[in-house]
Amino acid sequence: MSQFSYVNDLKSAVRMDEPITSGPAPRWMKKSVESTSSSANTSRKTNELMPIKKTPSKTPNKSKSPASRSASNTPAKPKTPGGDRFIPSRMSTNFDISHFKMNQENENLDLSPTQSDYRKAMSENLHGCDINNVRVLSYQNKAPAPPDGYQNALKVVYSQSKTPMNVRGATRYIPHAPDRILDAPEIVDDYYLNLIDWSFSNILAVALGTSVYLWNADTGAIDQLLDLEGADYVTSLSWVPNGNLLGVGTALGPVQLWDASQTKRLRIMNSHSSRVGAMSWNSHILTTGCRNGQLVHNDVRQREHIVGTIQSHTQEVCGLKWSTDGRYLASGGNDNLLNVYSGLPGQATYQSEPIYSFSQHQAAVKALDWCPWQTNVLASGGGTADRTIRFWNCNNGQCINSVNANSQVCAILWSKTYRELVSAHGFANNQLTIWKYPSLTKVAELTGHTNRILNLAMSPDGSTVLSAGADETLRMWKCFLPDPNKKKEHEKRSSRPTMLGPGLR
Amino acid sequence: MATKQQSQNAITLKGSAKLVMDYLNFGINSILFQRGIYPPESFKTEEHFGLSILVSTDSKIQQFLQPVLNQMKDWLLEQKIQKMSMVISNVNTKEVMERWDFKLQYEGSGDSNPDSVGNKELTTIQKEIRDVLRQICSTVSFLPLLDCPCAFDLQIYTKPDVDVPQEWSETAPSYIANSQELQLRSFSTSLHRMDTVVSYKADF
Repeated sequence: MSQFSYVNDLKSAVRMDEPITSGPAPRWMKKSVESTSSSANTSRKTNELMPIKKTPSKTPNKSKSPASRSASNTPAKPKTPGGDRFIPSRMSTNFDISHFKMNQENENLDLSPTQSDYRKAMSENLHGCDINNVRVLSYQNKAPAPPDGYQNALKVVYSQSKTPMNVRGATRYIPHAPDRILDAPEIVDDYYLNLIDWSFSNILAVALGTSVYLWNADTGAIDQLLDLEGADYVTSLSWVPNGNLLGVGTALGPVQLWDASQTKRLRIMNSHSSRVGAMSWNSHILTTGCRNGQLVHNDVRQREHIVGTIQSHTQEVCGLKWSTDGRYLASGGNDNLLNVYSGLPGQATYQSEPIYSFSQHQAAVKALDWCPWQTNVLASGGGTADRTIRFWNCNNGQCINSVNANSQVCAILWSKTYRELVSAHGFANNQLTIWKYPSLTKVAELTGHTNRILNLAMSPDGSTVLSAGADETLRMWKCFLPDPNKKKEHEKRSSRPTMLGPGLR
Repeated sequence: MATKQQSQNAITLKGSAKLVMDYLNFGINSILFQRGIYPPESFKTEEHFGLSILVSTDSKIQQFLQPVLNQMKDWLLEQKIQKMSMVISNVNTKEVMERWDFKLQYEGSGDSNPDSVGNKELTTIQKEIRDVLRQICSTVSFLPLLDCPCAFDLQIYTKPDVDVPQEWSETAPSYIANSQELQLRSFSTSLHRMDTVVSYKADF
């Protein structure tokens, strides 16, 4: 029999669905017992002060035993005038500050002088001041939160929050300071002249007043090529594309042809009676433009060098450029006209009248250059009253695009390395601006000249742009340095053996 | 003649404090707009210091800023402020994303004499302030995008002996984990010097 009672006791001990009969009494039962045994005097006082609280109503009671039910019906009288235990409001407590304060009180215990000095220095560096010697205060009414569902509008500006690595690598570094500055004393400050040119063999020709100097970019050697006599001065320079011949335009009209390798004048061509401000080569034809608006095609091989004459400008020709494929000639004048001609004399496509005459520019058109990768695209820039760069498709005569440069456009050069172009400007910043094409976003602005830029020239490798300023300086900007990764790739490709074998030349 | 010239160019302590507070006001408003803390349509353009500055039209923001700046001006005149931090934090996680520190130094004589005057021309000071405000606007080009809803708070670092009004409470300084720091231009009124530094979360 005893074994059954033992088993029953064991079962009742492990059953979880019955009320606990043994063990300590619940807190609410203790309180109700205490409150009944307390004096009536105390309870009366308490009742006057505050309403009677039934603790069980606050304490969840899941027990269904009769004892608990009867206990809950008896009114609970608090033992002390304070009533139930104090539960602080956690809404108004700033745990961050409390934690910070507690740590601050205890953090300096058991620190050596060196450690405390180190801590102080660190604290001063982090906060910009000694944090133990300041109070950090904030206004209790906080600033409003942004409206619900508001998304930062700048998301549009950033294509994504983190720039991808490949894009990060693609943005090249453009030095904003010139790589080299050369003196150009007595350079003629005249917008209409073209006084510098850089040859295929890396020799820079510069006209300074009556003289022409040659600067060898490889060796740094400077030689004087010529010095004009009397009232004459040099007004334009142009190297033959793949050689050492230099065309020199003068103020009195004659055009001189020099062999720079031998420092020897080859001939004088009396093509014009007024100053020759612009020249451009197409193979052996040197086209020259002068002050009275006349263009002359000179075949430098022939004794009778004039092979064609064009009179389409009414004022000085200040810009002249043959396209890289030799199909088109562009001329810009002080009459605000930009004319495009087709072909050379003797060719089937030749016309002595311009195929297009653009009058959109509101000032003299000096800055001209043809796109190296789209040979029918011409960029032109207008003077002070115009300040715009325009792009023309010379296959159909359409103005493709235009951009306001905000200052006089003195020269334009397309990059050979990137899909970009550089423009040179006058007042107010006298800067070079690099533009992406065709988006026409500014890549960089290169400042340094203290007076307007007169001309631009590009090194034969296309990496360096030279600007000649009216401040009598020549500045070299390494703004089109080739991408080293692409360069390596190109070298690998060129060093690969050809299918034709080494024997074939 | 010389004294007359000097009085024309002189800037009083109150005038200097007003310039500093104007800079802080327009600087904070510019940051709120440039960093996209609040919708752009809740800002209007105003001309100050020869610049077009975007100022919040939200009355709640103004109700928060005005008492803070007014109290700061009083503390500034008493030379009690060391710096003010504008803390931009994630609304949801409370993580500090960006902190703009406006550090103050007191120039001239060390005392807080209300009659003290500076020797810098107003136009020069305004030009310096204009340059800093321009720089604040241009920081948007390199600061990382705040692509979470953000709120801002102002923390004032004062000297320990300052009288703290009832509406103010002491708080813990804010840190940014993995921060990068950029020192912007400074300006000086010849009585107060203001350095502006932005610290931002850099994802390494």
